[in-house]
Amino acid sequence: MRVRRLEEAIFKGLMRASLGLVLTVLVAIIAVVVARGASSLSLSMILQTPKGGYYLGKEGGVANAIVGSVYLALGGSFLAILLSLPTALILQKEYTGRRLATITRLSLDALWGTPSIVYGAFGFVIMRYLGLSASLLGGILALSLVMLPIMARAMEEAVKMVPLQLKEISYAMGATRLETTLSVVLRQALPGIVTAVLLAFGRGIGDAASILFTAGYTDNIPRSLLDPAASLPLAVFFQLGTPFPEVQRRAYASALILLVIVLVASLAARLVSRRFARHIIR
Amino acid sequence: MPHISLRNLDVCYGRHHGLREVTVDIPDGRLTAIIGPSGCGKTTLLKSLNRLIDLNDEVKVGGDVLIDGQNIYDPKADVLALRKKVGFLSQKPYPLPMSIYDNIAYGPRIHRMSQWQILQQIEQLRQSPHLEQLSPQIERATTRTKRSDATDLLVECYLQMAGLWQEVKDRLHDPAAGLSVGQQQRLALARALAVEPEVILADEPTSALDPTSAQLIEQQFEFLKEQYTIVVVTHILRQARRIADYVLFLYLGELVEHGPAEQLFSAPADPRTRAYVLGDIS
Repeated sequence: MRVRRLEEAIFKGLMRASLGLVLTVLVAIIAVVVARGASSLSLSMILQTPKGGYYLGKEGGVANAIVGSVYLALGGSFLAILLSLPTALILQKEYTGRRLATITRLSLDALWGTPSIVYGAFGFVIMRYLGLSASLLGGILALSLVMLPIMARAMEEAVKMVPLQLKEISYAMGATRLETTLSVVLRQALPGIVTAVLLAFGRGIGDAASILFTAGYTDNIPRSLLDPAASLPLAVFFQLGTPFPEVQRRAYASALILLVIVLVASLAARLVSRRFARHIIR
Repeated sequence: MPHISLRNLDVCYGRHHGLREVTVDIPDGRLTAIIGPSGCGKTTLLKSLNRLIDLNDEVKVGGDVLIDGQNIYDPKADVLALRKKVGFLSQKPYPLPMSIYDNIAYGPRIHRMSQWQILQQIEQLRQSPHLEQLSPQIERATTRTKRSDATDLLVECYLQMAGLWQEVKDRLHDPAAGLSVGQQQRLALARALAVEPEVILADEPTSALDPTSAQLIEQQFEFLKEQYTIVVVTHILRQARRIADYVLFLYLGELVEHGPAEQLFSAPADPRTRAYVLGDIS
């Protein structure tokens, strides 16, 4: 009896320790970014584009990178949703045989694990073929490829969680597969679908490698899809690469802005999905 | 009223034989109970009557199920029309992930019922002797009633028929998920009735309910059987004795015996039926 109680205590302790470690890492990351970047964070940092002497850390801000990142991530998310949602829905067993569904899942998992620089290189090849130069459009295309597997796979999990019995009710009333999918499956899976979009958005807005060649970098705010676009992850990368401590501090401030954007997006999405989740059947 | 006859119905799940050579006529306008121990094919038999069984993997159906003389397993058979004609109540009541109101309006919507058809249906319901306390607007419903108002009246009629109206009339647009399980089952009944079926199939409809709700459902069946052919799967022998006019006894996928309830319960012909009815096997 005492052995079993000891066992229980040890394993509870181990699990608590893991949880503690995870939370510590998270807090540590935020703490480092805040500690190093908060001093450089100012209104001009958020609202202005880089001005003369920028690389020496004198004036201006990273508004070009903030706007660029938001454009890139929103555009990429939009394209990825257009492809992911139908993919997730068609993988339901009423539509797709088990073998094809398994192959699709495996490919998506493999794509999920593909380093994003590969998507960047792939996007670059496509862009050259189309005669495009580094641009917002190119970045959006490459980023949507990075987001696609994450979003499609997470959405598919959400769709798969819809109980068969619930769909049965709809079919039993004489609904078609499309009617059942649109009125029952989509509503029931909506919170999971929102989470999937968010997951991909978070990954996309933080990705540097895929947009390095495809979106390029610029000090200006892009005015059209064919203009090059700056981005926060690359801003962090370039600023950290300089030998000047002031500029390096600005890199941490940029990272902090990136963190805040992701956080705000998560909170907003949670609020929206909670509003729709009130009809969910548990 | 439609006539259901099964001719040599054979159902296999992969290598497992679910039903063997079932041949029986289900009496019209009566309540037929399918009884038998767990895993004997009761639900399989029920779901083969509206082809819900098609949703299972690797299912093979042999033989014929004739409803109004038409074989529903004919490749040319219209499954959607069949399912409109045959309503279904599942074991665990699943509301659709929408409001109480939309749950009832779902059927009429997917079947694209016209204003005229809705009013026609209300007219018929008005003559039903069991709907006494309908609100006065229903009396006044005419072709000049707005479509949305007509749907409102239809929703009210069916909620009344299922004995749920008084409890939900002030919160029709609340999520159906917020109802108690007993209320959810009556909602499921109202929802099934709203597509104007001629047959009602129910798979252990009271097994998830508390005794009071179960009694309510049984009472609804009692009066519905005047207008519908009802087939109920039950593993509760006493329930079968209370409500059934006709009984099918299944054992290990085989239809052992069938006949009028009094006869089957008082003088079973087969020793297996006798053992089950006396409670020697379960």
